Amino acid sequence: MPIATPQTATLPTAPGVGYKAQHYSEIIADARPVQWLEIHAENYMGDGGRPLAQLRHLAERFPISVHGVGLSIGGETPLDREHLARLKHLCDGLNPASFSEHLAWSSHDSAFLNDLLPLPYTDATLSRVADHIDQVQDSLGRRMLLENPSSYLAFAESTWSEPDFLRELTRRTGCGLLLDVNNVFVSATNLGFDPRGYVDAFPLDAVGEIHLGGHDADQDDHGAPLLIDSHGAPIADPVWTLLDHVLAHSGPRPVLVEWDNDVPAWPVLADEARRAEKALARLNPALRAAS
Amino acid sequence: MTGLVDDFLPALMDPDRPVPAGLQDGLGRPAGRRFNVYRNNVTVSLIDALMQGFPAVVKLLGAEYFAAIARVFVQDNPPQSRLMMHYGAGFPAFLETVPALARLGYVGDVARLELALRRSYHAADAEPLDPALLGAIAPDDLPATRFTLAPALMLIRSDWPIHAIWAFNMIPGSPAPQVQGQAQDVLITRPDFDPVAQPLPPGGSTFVAALIAGASLGTAHDAGLAETADFDPTTILGLLIAGGALTGLNTETTP
Amino acid sequence: MSTMIKSLAIAGAMATALAAHSTSAQAQATEKCFGVALAGENDCAAGPGTTCAGSSKVDYQGNAWKLVPAGTCVTMEKEGGRKGSLEALDRDLPA
Repeated sequence: MPIATPQTATLPTAPGVGYKAQHYSEIIADARPVQWLEIHAENYMGDGGRPLAQLRHLAERFPISVHGVGLSIGGETPLDREHLARLKHLCDGLNPASFSEHLAWSSHDSAFLNDLLPLPYTDATLSRVADHIDQVQDSLGRRMLLENPSSYLAFAESTWSEPDFLRELTRRTGCGLLLDVNNVFVSATNLGFDPRGYVDAFPLDAVGEIHLGGHDADQDDHGAPLLIDSHGAPIADPVWTLLDHVLAHSGPRPVLVEWDNDVPAWPVLADEARRAEKALARLNPALRAAS
Repeated sequence: MTGLVDDFLPALMDPDRPVPAGLQDGLGRPAGRRFNVYRNNVTVSLIDALMQGFPAVVKLLGAEYFAAIARVFVQDNPPQSRLMMHYGAGFPAFLETVPALARLGYVGDVARLELALRRSYHAADAEPLDPALLGAIAPDDLPATRFTLAPALMLIRSDWPIHAIWAFNMIPGSPAPQVQGQAQDVLITRPDFDPVAQPLPPGGSTFVAALIAGASLGTAHDAGLAETADFDPTTILGLLIAGGALTGLNTETTP
Repeated sequence: MSTMIKSLAIAGAMATALAAHSTSAQAQATEKCFGVALAGENDCAAGPGTTCAGSSKVDYQGNAWKLVPAGTCVTMEKEGGRKGSLEALDRDLPA
């Protein structure tokens, strides 16, 4: 897919949104305050038609972040070489400002489960995930960002904390991280840890992008709150507060608003992005200059 | 140790299996229904994908019934592709095995029509022939002319009036299908980016199928005539031209 | 049909089809990129929580097979050959 892209080596430290086709016209007309867009890689792996045509138009106007949801980097089985080749084809044509994927698994052999499934954090899984990241970065010829998951349960056998596990992956592979602040809040609520403590233990220097999204509330067997990473609601206030805490320590970063279910009209999404813009603007000037 | 493939996956796909040991909440208690979040994500996201991919079938069967039937399909047919745009290729044939749908013989073909629309939507782009080039072919050369057809061109043959049934459900203002409905073959073209489904006149699908197979215009014309004595390709050629489906031509007499 | 008559028939059809095309086409100059997306997309959102279809067994003898379609469908009888007949689909469409 030959696409002429202006510069865009990195994402701007400004608000972006997850791109939805129903917002195409509004985004082309006036995307403010949104300065960049993220796409789900798998939706642009068809042979042609409107999705790729829209992407070509958008890529001429905005830095694009390619966010994969189907590679199964955390899986026990080898990466799907065909899928890796499709990712390479997409990235080579688009030259995106960022490529990211998830610390999760989603397939086994030929079956694809269409969900981001959890893995235990052990020495063995660490080595395997590191190998997979090496393979991705070698294949694509670019550094990738790896995203922290939202957790609904934990593995008894885990011997690494999630921040330490991710830090060690960056050390071994040179990859960057995508810090999903809503996922931190969801996981912290679901597993009963302190979200600020998680952020403080997180290798913020490696963070190349921040995600925000809405969640829903459910309950576990004991009546304890169980938050679901639904991407179908406004971003919750405690998540905005946690974002401030992150930014105060990380400095400015590209901040993305994700909204995948019950997608709202463009002005609603733009308002969420505006709130992210304000959070970035609140950073004190010294910190902004330092990054 | 909880193996992802040995323990997690089978329990994910079979709700009768116990939640795998070694999965817990933040206090070390068994994960219990927390595991259901993953079970539900997989099943419900796949049902939703089918509902979005087969909107006319959803209207025909009602959303509640569709979801119940889709759930059976999902359990036995997890996606074989990581691209959800391709999910559900086996769904039309599955619908034809559902006992309660035996009296609705057309449902499978309506699903095939919707699947073809989706394939057309994602098919590779192709530049249509300039009509001037078509107009410049000498009449004597036309019978031997062969065409390259757009990848977005699709042909669905059915014993049922599937275009009328589909249109009644999907295009506001479309008339109810005729009581004595004719069988309808449907041509899908994609001028620009939106697939268009149109019923073909008698002999039309045989004519188009011959062109797709690489036959010359003359041979395709003969095939149409063999099926329908008064076959006239005017309408079909019009649909192909307007739909941007003719993308290349070869007037050489040798194949 | 003779070769010449066939050539004329095809040439006539092509000429008529092209003439119709030139009068009707080129009229729409819409923004081609804007429009509906046909569904079935990948995303990274989570679903409906703990109580839903995926956490209970499909009951082949019960619900799934015994429910009755309740949409716009009607029974049609196919009457031999490629003809089909159907009762009128004249109920209101669900939204």
